[in-house]
Amino acid sequence: MNNNLEPKVGSETENSSLENKVDNIESPWNMVYKRFRKNKIGMFGFIMLLIIILLVALAPILTPYGPNDMDYSNTNKPPSAAHILGTDELGRDYLTRVLYGGRVSMKVGVFAVVISVVLGAIVGGIAGYYGGWVDNILMRISEIVMSFPFLPLAITISSVVGTSVPPEGKMYIVMAIIGLLSWPGLARLIRGQILSLREQEFVLAAKAMGIKDRKIIARHLLPNTLGYIIVSATLEMASAIMSEAALSYLGLGVTPPVPTWGNLIQSTKDLYTLKNRAWLWIPPGICIILAVMSINLFGDGLRDAIDPKSKVL
Amino acid sequence: MLKYILKRLLHLIPVVIIISICIFCIVKMAPGDPVGANVDPRATAEQKAAERERLGLTKPLHIQYLKWLERSIKGDFGESYLYKQPVSEVIPQFIWNSFLLNVVVYIIAFLIAIPVGIMTAVKQYSKTDNFWAIFSIIGISMPSFFFGLLLIYAFSVKLNWFPMNGMITPGKNAMGFAKFVDVIKHMVLPAIVLTVGSLAGLVRYTRTSMLEVINEDYIRTARSKGLSEKVVIYKHAFRNALIPIITLLGFSIPGLFSGAVILEKVFVWPGIGNVLMDAINARDYNMVMALNIFFALLTLLGNLLADIGYALVDPRVKVE
Repeated sequence: MNNNLEPKVGSETENSSLENKVDNIESPWNMVYKRFRKNKIGMFGFIMLLIIILLVALAPILTPYGPNDMDYSNTNKPPSAAHILGTDELGRDYLTRVLYGGRVSMKVGVFAVVISVVLGAIVGGIAGYYGGWVDNILMRISEIVMSFPFLPLAITISSVVGTSVPPEGKMYIVMAIIGLLSWPGLARLIRGQILSLREQEFVLAAKAMGIKDRKIIARHLLPNTLGYIIVSATLEMASAIMSEAALSYLGLGVTPPVPTWGNLIQSTKDLYTLKNRAWLWIPPGICIILAVMSINLFGDGLRDAIDPKSKVL
Repeated sequence: MLKYILKRLLHLIPVVIIISICIFCIVKMAPGDPVGANVDPRATAEQKAAERERLGLTKPLHIQYLKWLERSIKGDFGESYLYKQPVSEVIPQFIWNSFLLNVVVYIIAFLIAIPVGIMTAVKQYSKTDNFWAIFSIIGISMPSFFFGLLLIYAFSVKLNWFPMNGMITPGKNAMGFAKFVDVIKHMVLPAIVLTVGSLAGLVRYTRTSMLEVINEDYIRTARSKGLSEKVVIYKHAFRNALIPIITLLGFSIPGLFSGAVILEKVFVWPGIGNVLMDAINARDYNMVMALNIFFALLTLLGNLLADIGYALVDPRVKVE
């Protein structure tokens, strides 16, 4: 009725309501953010992870000692006010070692995941986009890498390649081993996504515009799988940190004097330390658990927020 | 079905060959001269060259690989430098120790996981469910070696309830029942670590498959027919949820023969994983190669059994 009488006003209200609607449309990432904020457990993991990252990142500010400052008059001292976590067999402040060890462990985790994400995105993108024999060969390769027994092979590679490398360089070897062995899962995930995405109209449009295949994969297809990539990269980082800890504990990962949470626990090889100097091996172990747990919680929360359908019942 | 299995087996052959090439190449990259380690240090250069010739190390790499493959297929993996015995004779001596530990863990883990999985699914979001959710997340986030060390510290060092490591008390030479008790005592701590590690995944798996069934229409039908909750859960739901669980039970079997490398190292359990660590530290590459191939074969066999299991349960799988 109103519209008929005063068409001008009616169109105005229509316009303004349209504008309001535009304002109310949320971007997908905004929705993810809102959903994630509601997830208490996920937030808890995220905050804990943030605290851990801050602590290890600010290590040089937080402790007055250097990670390799030795003090021979002050070895194997139990925790005290000057050394909150005591000192090790060379008189190094153990809290400093644990904090700096966290830096290396986190760094290895992050870069191992970067390697595996890059490889997984390339392989998955190409396999999914081209299909056919390319897909067949690439998936065959990923199947083969998947059926390698991870730890035995990682140990073998590390012992073969790592011997000629100085301790500072070992970190990169460990990153490479973990990254190179853990990409297939992600590659298969991305491939599956792209297989269905490539049938959609926007890909056809991109092709019709004469955009190069490489660009279609990198600019149009992969960004659409970003959610999955982020979730699996997060969860993979947790397992990369565990793998690094295991390798370093066995003496086949990052080696001293470079500290990592894994190789700090190596001190238990000395039975006396295991029995009587609990401060020299329990703190790094707890750090591993906290870091891995917070990443897992964060990752689970992210998955629920990004893809609510996939929620584990 | 037979055709499907045969096809899968044929598919495995190129995979096994490529894996063996990879492992061969990795081990060949190892620094150090295998001759230098084996031969009397006083040997002259000529003697060393002769030894190298005898071992076939002067031939090009692909010939070496083919020779190694030929011998391996016949079951001859060369001599173990560490044990001074043929590799094929060393491995069986240790496999059963790993198997023993794994079987115990496997049985306990499934006996706990199945009822717990059902319970947490039936009482979703209850206190029990939450407890197991927390248990799972801690179980997944705890490195096995650290958990092992904590148990050793608490139960061997402080309480002195269980021995620290090994499989039998050295010098005791117990026989019969006394030996059995001795081995059990040594097994408790490593078994706890492995059980907790596998429980986390297993409970989740059982719970999910049970939940899937509970949400099916026929369960609603059963309920609306007025059947008691007990009958619905145990007779209608559980039987169907059991299918994926039995599949999982089946394809875990090959894994029983592989050793948990880190755990066996921590507890000095004389299993196959410990042999791998010792072989790597001693640069016993014949052994390292054989064990890597062995572990890879076990993984492939497990995957194969899983695929066959799924195909048996769900005939639609075969199409691909």
